[in-house]
Amino acid sequence: MSEEVKLMKGNEAIAHAAIRCGCDGYFGYPITPQSEVMETLMEVEPWKTTGMVVLQAESEVSSINMVYGGAATGKKVMTSSSSPGVSLMQEGISYLAGAELPALIVNVMRGGPGLGTIQPSQSDYFQTTKGGGHGDYRLIALAPASVQEMADFVGLAFDLAFKYRNPAIILADGVIGQMMEKVVLPDFKPRRTDEEVEKQCPWAATGRKMSRKNNIITSLELKPEVMEQNNLRFQAKYKQIEENEVRYEEILCDDAEYLLVAFGCSARICQKACEIARAEGIKLGLLRPITLWPFPTKAIAGYANKVKAMLSVELNAGQMVEDVRLAVNGKVPVEHYGRLGGIVFTPDEIVNAVKTKLM
Amino acid sequence: MALEDIIKPENLVYKKPDIMNDNPMHYCPGCSHGVVHKLVAEVIEEMGLVEDTIGVTPVGCAVFAYNYIDIDWEEAAHGRAPALATAIKRLRPNKLVFTYQGDGDLAAIGTAETIHACNRGESIAIIFINNGIYGMTGGQMAPTTIEGMKTATCPYGRDYKLNGYPLKITNQLKDLDGIRYVTRQSVQTAAAVRKAKKAIRKAFENCMDGKGGASVVEVVSTCSSGWKLSPEKANKWMEENMFPEYPLGDLIDKDANK
Amino acid sequence: MKEEIIIAGFGGQGVLSMGKILAYSGLMQGKEVTWMPAYGPEQRGGTANVTVILSDEKISSPILNSYDTAIILNQQSLDKFEKSVKPGGTLIYDPYGITTEPTRTDINIHKINAMDACIEMNAAKSFNMILLGGFLKIRPIVELENVLKGLKKTLPERHHHLIPMNEAALKKGMEIIK
Repeated sequence: MSEEVKLMKGNEAIAHAAIRCGCDGYFGYPITPQSEVMETLMEVEPWKTTGMVVLQAESEVSSINMVYGGAATGKKVMTSSSSPGVSLMQEGISYLAGAELPALIVNVMRGGPGLGTIQPSQSDYFQTTKGGGHGDYRLIALAPASVQEMADFVGLAFDLAFKYRNPAIILADGVIGQMMEKVVLPDFKPRRTDEEVEKQCPWAATGRKMSRKNNIITSLELKPEVMEQNNLRFQAKYKQIEENEVRYEEILCDDAEYLLVAFGCSARICQKACEIARAEGIKLGLLRPITLWPFPTKAIAGYANKVKAMLSVELNAGQMVEDVRLAVNGKVPVEHYGRLGGIVFTPDEIVNAVKTKLM
Repeated sequence: MALEDIIKPENLVYKKPDIMNDNPMHYCPGCSHGVVHKLVAEVIEEMGLVEDTIGVTPVGCAVFAYNYIDIDWEEAAHGRAPALATAIKRLRPNKLVFTYQGDGDLAAIGTAETIHACNRGESIAIIFINNGIYGMTGGQMAPTTIEGMKTATCPYGRDYKLNGYPLKITNQLKDLDGIRYVTRQSVQTAAAVRKAKKAIRKAFENCMDGKGGASVVEVVSTCSSGWKLSPEKANKWMEENMFPEYPLGDLIDKDANK
Repeated sequence: MKEEIIIAGFGGQGVLSMGKILAYSGLMQGKEVTWMPAYGPEQRGGTANVTVILSDEKISSPILNSYDTAIILNQQSLDKFEKSVKPGGTLIYDPYGITTEPTRTDINIHKINAMDACIEMNAAKSFNMILLGGFLKIRPIVELENVLKGLKKTLPERHHHLIPMNEAALKKGMEIIK
């Protein structure tokens, strides 16, 4: 780790981390509240140093398809956007999953539906974890709760994407994107050479070497029997990811009688709620899913035997709560508390919700 | 003379390009795709770029081009081929990157990607098959369908009042600053095939000399199944009806006077 | 030590940048910091506010219900945030444009004529530095030396010649706060 501690916005951290982790290409389109990602990249001009390509596309449709093009050649490519833009990208994301290409998408969520608002929200949980685009596919979904995690998850997301040949998404929100915090940026990692890319990605469309069969990157297969086999292969991969890649954080859980489940900025606010509640003698803990898919089902199921009730705290009308309930399987009550459309709850509101909904 | 005496390398006067494989093509008899595929394969081979080419296939009849030419390919979502090609070329600047698209793919759903990739002056080649109809989905109206032409979705003939005018998209592309070469060709006669091949070669060479700029080769083509005509009649119908609307020749060649 | 601060006023008054300099000052002093703006079109003309937290410990929520200190620059913000100051906390305000004075008696209220002072100094852009100086006089949570280091970090190099003027403004604020 490089020593220098910097102060920056989450969006800026994404940009700097991308350059430092050897990203080959960023393709994006401006949208609030994440425009600082591309603005930072354009200001730093990484094409002059690492050779990273940065391009402003004509639409989110185009930027995700540029990602699809770049990923097919084995390159480390990414895009970022916010909710309405990510909706436009769903077709491309489905293609990435169907063609089994590694890529990174960053969604700095804002309130919807429709054009909605530009204020923070977490209402794209379903879109991210349950599909979004067409077909049976999954995205590896990481939910950062700090500017440091914004920086750290870029490299992690790329590693996971290449490990499993699957698109990964960083599901952030307007709070984490816009706030400034201390961050230690990852060390510089050089971009892979073309030879290294070809070695790591023998499947990539890099120009056909006569020593191998030509590589065709496609999600199309008109024979349903073959397409079923493809799907079964995807499902086996997803199962492996579910077994190996679940990540979560437990805060004040050891003696907790009541458990909050929250991700991203909500988890930060819940942490403060736990502090306030404990000062009042309420044993409140917090489980923070870091991977939204794969979801920490087993960990939450474990707490169903220990706590009296759980509260899923989300900036939406109740999305992750469904996964918490599936994990708990009726053993204890699971309630939801949320604010909608760009309104962010305060720690006090959450403590009150614990008192009124759980106790 | 026995057959074995004839089939000898020294007697070979014509062969298909090595990278054209033996898979039976799914194209209908009389379809222009097969000829254009062959031309693309020939030019790649003649330029010595088999190991350095990445092609992008569209959604439409040519979606399976990757089944017939043994180079590396990526299959795009409908209309998005120029966006894919943009990223591929920028990340692999030494490669020949081309898209192969039909009229619905390029001039309807992919209009934005087409115009912006050309306007950015991406060093890519776009092979544009214009047969005025959606072939793969069963003969519906295309943006390039001409007035009065009957399709499954304009069964009484295209009517400007109802459907608007045929989009002559290459006429627009030629005026973009990022464009280097736009030409309109056909492949219904041996002479036309030779000219089309030259045009494809020029477009591919433009991609590789580092000077930048996008090149577009429109091939006015037939769709005998969609047009419900025999291959021979389709060629004739094309000459009589499509060519007046889409006249052949170079629309712009910025290298011509240099 | 932990100080939870809201700075609120009109967009264009330097609310966000004042928060940024305070956050950088905290960073220079080795504190944990968060800077959370109410972002969006509000920045351009409407009310703008930013929550800044400086702490010795890791900071949980960047969004708060109540504050140790509120620095208030217009009437709307006073109406909105006076009630959010913790009992025993601090409210600092510039009376310029304030028509209804704060009324709470369980908090420490300080007035600072920063607008007048910056006009007097012929340094309109130092308005927010005068306020910051006043704040630091009342709540000396970071040393002046670290504020200057923070300034250096936030100002692009071509503006570093403005640092002495900003230092003078900080000191002015320390003098005039009541």
